[in-house]
Amino acid sequence: MKPNPCLNIKSLIGIALLGAGGTFTLTGWSQDAGDSPTITPRAMADALHMVMDSDRAVYTRRIVNRLAAKEKVITASEHFEDEKALVLPAQMFRFGAEMVAERAEANPDVNFSYSLQSIWPINKQNAPQTEAEKTGLQFVVDNKGQNYYATEELGGVNYFTAVYADTAVAPVCASCHNDHKDSPRTDFKIGDVMGGVVIRIPIE
Amino acid sequence: MNPVFGKEQGVAAVWLMWLVASSALCGSLAVAFYSDNDRELFMPGPLSAGHHQLADSCESCHRDAFGGGPVLQQLCIECHGDDRKKPFDSHPIAKFKDPRNADRLEKINVTLCVSCHTEHRPEITAKNGLTQPRDVCFHCHQDIAEERPSHTGMPFIDCTTSGCHNYHDNRALYTDFLVKHMDQPDYLQELLVPERDFISVIDQIMEYPVDQYPVARLEADDSDEPDSVTLDPAQLADWSASSHARAGVNCSACHQPANDDGELAAWKDKPGLDGCNSCHAVEVKDFGKGKHGMRLAEGLEPLMPTSARLPMHADSDHSELTCNSCHGAHLYDTQQAAVEACLGCHKDDHSLAYKASSHYALWQAEIDGSGEPLSGVSCATCHMPRVDKDVSDWLSRVVVEHNQSRHFSPNSKMIRPVCQSCHGLSFSIGALADPSLVANNFQGAPNPHVESIDLARKDAQRHEEKKSQ
Repeated sequence: MKPNPCLNIKSLIGIALLGAGGTFTLTGWSQDAGDSPTITPRAMADALHMVMDSDRAVYTRRIVNRLAAKEKVITASEHFEDEKALVLPAQMFRFGAEMVAERAEANPDVNFSYSLQSIWPINKQNAPQTEAEKTGLQFVVDNKGQNYYATEELGGVNYFTAVYADTAVAPVCASCHNDHKDSPRTDFKIGDVMGGVVIRIPIE
Repeated sequence: MNPVFGKEQGVAAVWLMWLVASSALCGSLAVAFYSDNDRELFMPGPLSAGHHQLADSCESCHRDAFGGGPVLQQLCIECHGDDRKKPFDSHPIAKFKDPRNADRLEKINVTLCVSCHTEHRPEITAKNGLTQPRDVCFHCHQDIAEERPSHTGMPFIDCTTSGCHNYHDNRALYTDFLVKHMDQPDYLQELLVPERDFISVIDQIMEYPVDQYPVARLEADDSDEPDSVTLDPAQLADWSASSHARAGVNCSACHQPANDDGELAAWKDKPGLDGCNSCHAVEVKDFGKGKHGMRLAEGLEPLMPTSARLPMHADSDHSELTCNSCHGAHLYDTQQAAVEACLGCHKDDHSLAYKASSHYALWQAEIDGSGEPLSGVSCATCHMPRVDKDVSDWLSRVVVEHNQSRHFSPNSKMIRPVCQSCHGLSFSIGALADPSLVANNFQGAPNPHVESIDLARKDAQRHEEKKSQ
């Protein structure tokens, strides 16, 4: 597994445009500069993760934790439609990932995927499957503050794969997981690494 | 004596005969292909119950002769895509798009509808058009016993056929839902179906021409037909007694639907779907997705009872299935559409038993005023239920589901939108799982023992024990 491979240029540009809104200042933008592959897959994945992580942290702290835990004006539930409740932060994240998968299909120039996984998953389908996922999720637990980068081949396609720690940013993160009937771990505390965000970018 | 034909002439004659026969064969096949009547000649096998209505329209699914799988898949999605998303589908395609599922998709590519719904293969097609591989659940859920000890030792070949799980619409069968509703009584405290709310949200339906047809009672004298049109007095009387006249919908609304600039179209005596579509686009679209309307949606001649596989009354043979077949032009009597229109064609055991059922007694009571409004149970109550539907990005309203297949096949899809308006979950699952009760239109009590609820109860108990430790 080698870091920093050459990125598919079209993917790179598409992804750069998508991530740019939250992370890059496009001062002095020109067509030529836009077509130049000047961003490494690692930088691109880091940028994407920063947007994802910030959006979710805002949702968790400013909406779920404030309204459900603090103000107690509404609940948050995995069965949000049946319970007339807020979508859980992890579900908000997954729905976004599924929407990206659908939208990217209609726009081949934007080609990346991401998911939220854990070595203590509530839904067993979110346990690591590939070697990079297994190694990466353990790495971010054992090395707090560090990310994990690798390349892997899946279904005949090479990917740059990045794994970022997913940390309990609010008390509700830990308490929900600890109380869930299908959670294999029940002693999470705020600040603990509970899982990881896996971002994949296809490379040539 | 010289022979009439030499060897060479004989060979030429054989070739000539072959040429003539081949040309005749090709010609007759071409005629059959383009005539639309004999296209089943070209089918690799009969179509399933859900698609045989389109047997003369190969291009409804095979739009591009050389398009292959992607074209077929796109056409599946065009008709069925709305139901293949959350929350209606617990296995939406998007879930499997992540590359981490590549090895699973190599075994069974569940992102393609044909992996579990192969057409033209009646010999392997089970109920609900299923041709799924027997191990389709195993590849992702092989460790289920670790998560759900109650599932230890269960085979993976009947997860979806036993009534426990539905691969797509699992909303009435997931564990937490079973646990939450498992102790409901057989009959709920309030036995009422949802009320339609079209008239109350008209202002929010952008395409509804409320400026031209404000909600106000119209009388027969108010009809706005052009001078060139002479109205049949009986039709005029029907219209003036209809909900259309009560809601301010004049003749021109259906017979001369206006364009975007508000200009009225030329009068059409029989406006067809276009006349309905200008105000009832949601219902028309849904009708086109069900068995009744799918031919019209494809631009084909309407479906006729003669092509049905279910038993139909012989005297309905010449009926055509359009909006007016059930609603009746001008009067638009929804009570007629909800029962008599159905029973005018359908002759299966379930339909024939309806008028002896307690559901029909409730329907009659509501109609004659002795029963509470919304307490009757018609054919449409169950097969075309009133559902809260997101009809745009900002509006949801109670719509009569005109795709009568949507909450059917398997019938567990009826539990939430239909049965649970009046009945408890256990009662509902038990009733729908009993073929004899379905056949006699639910005359009798269902077996209260539902195994999936037993399993959910065990799971809930296990969780409580775990919490108390």
